[in-house]
Amino acid sequence: MTSITYREAVVRAQREALRQDDRVILMGEDIGAAGGPFKTTEGLFEEFGPGRVRDTPISETAFVGAALGMALTGYRPVIELMFADFMGVCFDQIVNSIAKHRFMCGGTVAVPVTIRAMGGGGVRFGAQHSQTGESWVYQFPGLKVYCPASPADAYALLRQAIDDPDPVIVLEHKALMSVKGEIEPDAGSWPGLGPQVLRTGSDVTLVASMAMVRRTMAAAEILAGQGVEAEVIDLRVLRPLLVQPIIDSVIKTGALAVIEENHAAGGWGAEVISRTFDAAFDYIDKPPLRVTLPDWPMPYSPPLEDAALPSVERIVAAVQSQR
Amino acid sequence: MSSSISAGGHATELVTSILGASEALAAFEKLLLVREFEDKVYDSFVAGLVHGTTHLCQGQEAVAVGTVMALRDDDYLTYTYRGHGPCVARGMNLEGAFAEIFGRSTGVSGGLGGSMHLTDMQLGLLGSFAIVGAGLPVAVGAGISARERGAGQVSVTYFGDGATNIGAFHESMNLAAVWKLPVIFVCENNLYGEYSPILSTTPMQDLVVRASAYAMPGTVADGNDVIAVFKAMREAVDRARAGGGPTFIEYKTYRQCGHSRSDAGKYRPAGELDAWMEQDPIVRFRSRLTQEGLLDEATTLEIEQRVRETVRAAAARAADGAWPELLSLESATYSHPITA
Repeated sequence: MTSITYREAVVRAQREALRQDDRVILMGEDIGAAGGPFKTTEGLFEEFGPGRVRDTPISETAFVGAALGMALTGYRPVIELMFADFMGVCFDQIVNSIAKHRFMCGGTVAVPVTIRAMGGGGVRFGAQHSQTGESWVYQFPGLKVYCPASPADAYALLRQAIDDPDPVIVLEHKALMSVKGEIEPDAGSWPGLGPQVLRTGSDVTLVASMAMVRRTMAAAEILAGQGVEAEVIDLRVLRPLLVQPIIDSVIKTGALAVIEENHAAGGWGAEVISRTFDAAFDYIDKPPLRVTLPDWPMPYSPPLEDAALPSVERIVAAVQSQR
Repeated sequence: MSSSISAGGHATELVTSILGASEALAAFEKLLLVREFEDKVYDSFVAGLVHGTTHLCQGQEAVAVGTVMALRDDDYLTYTYRGHGPCVARGMNLEGAFAEIFGRSTGVSGGLGGSMHLTDMQLGLLGSFAIVGAGLPVAVGAGISARERGAGQVSVTYFGDGATNIGAFHESMNLAAVWKLPVIFVCENNLYGEYSPILSTTPMQDLVVRASAYAMPGTVADGNDVIAVFKAMREAVDRARAGGGPTFIEYKTYRQCGHSRSDAGKYRPAGELDAWMEQDPIVRFRSRLTQEGLLDEATTLEIEQRVRETVRAAAARAADGAWPELLSLESATYSHPITA
């Protein structure tokens, strides 16, 4: 076990993939000598050169679309989108081309594209640079969507994404970049892609993703001091959404809350609730709780941004509102 | 250089100064094949075998045939919803193509793609993109791949005049130019973006000027003259293979039919279609080959009959193809589905 930051885990996953497979090529804005705006490709240009660590123009449609062409012709491109918000400018290539190409070819081709998109709030970047992108992309068949909340998953999920024959969007969270944790070095096999129970409890199931996982864990500790034992589940992967661990948990606890850094409308929390209630309705005692962003864009001013993001206090209060 | 006058009235070189006699006849047959294919798709639509809509390329066959003639087997192509031409010219299995358009399990994509999505990776036919401009970045990616592999491959992308107004076009031109990629941008300027005449949507009719914005060689050629198409393409391909980077080619041509099945093309000014019919690429090439003594009446008839029978038989077999079974399509959606 090695303790490294989330950012270092991202670099490490890419370095190992580049070393192990000549077909892996990185593309993105300022990822070369500059090492990436969030230093998530630090040192890779020096080791692998400009052919494999490619600085692109600010031109997401071109280089995200190019990833499909590379994947169809024998390469395994790994794209960095500086901000997940920028998926908006290449959305057609992601959802109409990359997601559907295999299908439209009758399942005869593989599309090994990885798109790393760095998103999320809490770093004062305002309305156009603070979105996680989860709600934007989790609905499309053909894509896989990974949402690492820890250095271990930043590493393991990215390695799996790059190895995968299907297109994977890896949503990385900017506010987690300096978080430290232990990672399992490449052992030749990867953990599964299902949700992971981080804390066991018998009173309520709390499901969170990305930066909300740590806040939810902190809330669970406070709740424990108040006599409520919460089970905390890190969603980890949005597509495929493997809800069985959540169903199993809710059958035990009888209550479900989802904590997500998205607007409520169309957020994954609604899907998790729907599927869980379908399967476990007879075991559930309370209406589902949702802790989400408010229904307005992310404000810049620090007190307003802090109020918009689901906080430990809001999570605790939501759970206690049903007690 | 010796020259003759084509049926279109343009001074041109002798065909045999560019192509061998058998290559020239093969090109003629290919032109007929694309035309016959599209005519058969039209008839099949009327007969209820084609579903939704379809976008045909009658009148533009010379672009497909002349460009493909300049390619190697290991080159890459992306094209559009009006993409049957490059597929047929490249040698796609005709029964598979028809069956795809008819929605049958025997189609090249098992009926999951349809008329707007004919593909065959074995032929470098990477994809038919039904969103205007979407195939261009993909061809740029294949160009990156070709460059990295270093085997002299090129990547070609076909698009219409309308696509030169969308962002994907400009971003792709820029990226191909800045990285000097072996990509050939083949613009089929048929004067209409869907239903709209070019000058109502675009501030110039000669699109080749757009190449200069990206410091890219640009050339204009008569898109209804298969020899002119081939020559322009060969020059671009040679440059790309030699490491000279991308080229933009504007082929002036005309869509003899409407945009799609539901469009009768009534917005066209009187006489325009008639004038272009006189520039029909097949009529012109036949006339040239005849004048040069490469083709006589009997050979023409023989080729026409062979093509008609080939297409008829392929379409008939395709129409007998089974419908896809109503099974889970998960394995078509994902190479590696994950269920637990």
